Amino acid sequence: MNAYPQVLFKNRRPKETVLLPEYEKSGGYQGLRAALKMSPEEVSTQVKNSGLRGRGGAGFPTGVKWSFFSVDQPGDKYLVCNGDEMEPGTYKDRQLLLADPHQLVEGMAIAAYALQIPVGYIFLRYAYEDCSLQVERAIEAAIAAGYLGKNILGSGFDVELHVHRSAGRYILGEETSLLNGLEGRRPVPRSKPPFPAKHGLFGRPTNVNNVETLATVPHILVNGTAWFHGLALNPESAGTKLFGLSGHLNRTECFELPLGITLREVVEDFGGGVRGGHKFKACLPGGASTPYLTAEHLDVMMDFDPLEEVSSRLGTAGVTVFDEQTCMVAVTRNLNRFFARESCGWCTPCRDGLAMVSWLLDRIEFGQGSEDDLAMLKDQVRNIKGRSFCALAEGAMGPVEALLRLFEDEIKDHIRKGCCPFAGK
Amino acid sequence: MTELLPQKQIDSFKARAAALAHPHELIVDLLRAIQSHYGWVPDAGVLLTAMTLGVLPVEVEELATFYDKIYRRAVGRRVIHVCDSICCWSLGAEMITEHLQKSLGIDFGMTTTDGAFTLLPSCCLGACGDAPAMMIGLTTYGKLTPQKIDEILLKERVAIAADA
Repeated sequence: MNAYPQVLFKNRRPKETVLLPEYEKSGGYQGLRAALKMSPEEVSTQVKNSGLRGRGGAGFPTGVKWSFFSVDQPGDKYLVCNGDEMEPGTYKDRQLLLADPHQLVEGMAIAAYALQIPVGYIFLRYAYEDCSLQVERAIEAAIAAGYLGKNILGSGFDVELHVHRSAGRYILGEETSLLNGLEGRRPVPRSKPPFPAKHGLFGRPTNVNNVETLATVPHILVNGTAWFHGLALNPESAGTKLFGLSGHLNRTECFELPLGITLREVVEDFGGGVRGGHKFKACLPGGASTPYLTAEHLDVMMDFDPLEEVSSRLGTAGVTVFDEQTCMVAVTRNLNRFFARESCGWCTPCRDGLAMVSWLLDRIEFGQGSEDDLAMLKDQVRNIKGRSFCALAEGAMGPVEALLRLFEDEIKDHIRKGCCPFAGK
Repeated sequence: MTELLPQKQIDSFKARAAALAHPHELIVDLLRAIQSHYGWVPDAGVLLTAMTLGVLPVEVEELATFYDKIYRRAVGRRVIHVCDSICCWSLGAEMITEHLQKSLGIDFGMTTTDGAFTLLPSCCLGACGDAPAMMIGLTTYGKLTPQKIDEILLKERVAIAADA
């Protein structure tokens, strides 16, 4: 395995959480000190120039998002951290928060200063009680040390952070749904525009970023934009990324790797290859909503743009691998059932469409499918894509569309044989 | 019968709500507090939440029924959420589920006759590197095998007996 520079995981040790003294010793809160010596605009500009793209799945440039937020608006405004990590195959934020949670606290303090927002919420999913406890402990220590609270580090700027523990449901990862959840309203998504930067939490200007994104910010402030660009193997990209490996690999762990690393290196070196001497058949490169890659894609760079060029997405970089004995209709059926169940029911294409896709995939997988069902499946994908209220159903169609594009023969084999050709394997 | 929530905690929520411009933001916290104390959220828990925070019962109910980790029906002393999403599925979640159902003698959505366990399916628990996984209460268990499940269930049974 190549030894790549470790930034977010540099202090990580198995089953331990870094406390404030050790975090400070490793350079912690130097990013906040550097930021407070700059003007808020200069901080935003540095983040923009670093090329940091959102680590929550969409890959939107963080500095550009921040630039939509007008700093001098009067009245209440909010900073929100999206820690509703619920996309199957994604467990990186949990690893980060359990290893070294002060990075998030420091990143939020810097973002708060850059956008002149005095109040932040950290939204954490129900299953991450372990993370909530560590984040709360980090916040308390940061308050005691003067990194949070009134007049932080003598700058005259105030920041307070709150932890919100949620109660389940994938839809809350959608940022406007998350805002409704924080408000204590039924967490269905909101119509955009207006975007949260103008009309967000409690109707006030709000900036939302993912855990990993915010935790990366302090390192950019300390080490600079050239350093951050240099971390990536892809010269057109910037930074490292947390990759959560899962599925049929020998090693299913979370690694911090440079953006632009090939899928082959991730699978063969870091994942230790496919289990039991089996062959690589396909993978989800970045969570349950990202279209499959196959063996022909092993030399593709794991990065935002290169993956879009092969009709997939980096998403959250949760890489789930399937061996050659796996039925891709069954995989897609499992994925789609997840999305159908987690649909909030707000719009018809998602609520009824995903249920219909589930029904069709059930029929095909269990040998009752016909050519008509295949045609209807294609029709559903066409009619759901681009027609749903939020990105949930759009994401759900990722693997279904890839199944039709890459594994149509496998679907037809099910229909011809009247059973799953992989059954019993 | 156990109270829904100790008066001290109700008073504390009342005071917090009074200081907030948007008391709705405490609905999920209060529902979770009731569930943590009482085990689940009966109709009276929805009403208590509404009255404590000064919001409408329907505004509480529409959240209580939305979130899958708020239980609106009676559950056992421990709720087992077994993951059936893709990573756990790829590493034998169906076999793990079968073993749980057989050991407990119940299907999904049911509670054991001694009131100890309720078994529910769950979406991804964020333990994909440790698949297959399940969550009991707020604790996640990964790399499950039938033998490991037997040990965990035994440990939980001992803990339940000690509570009682």
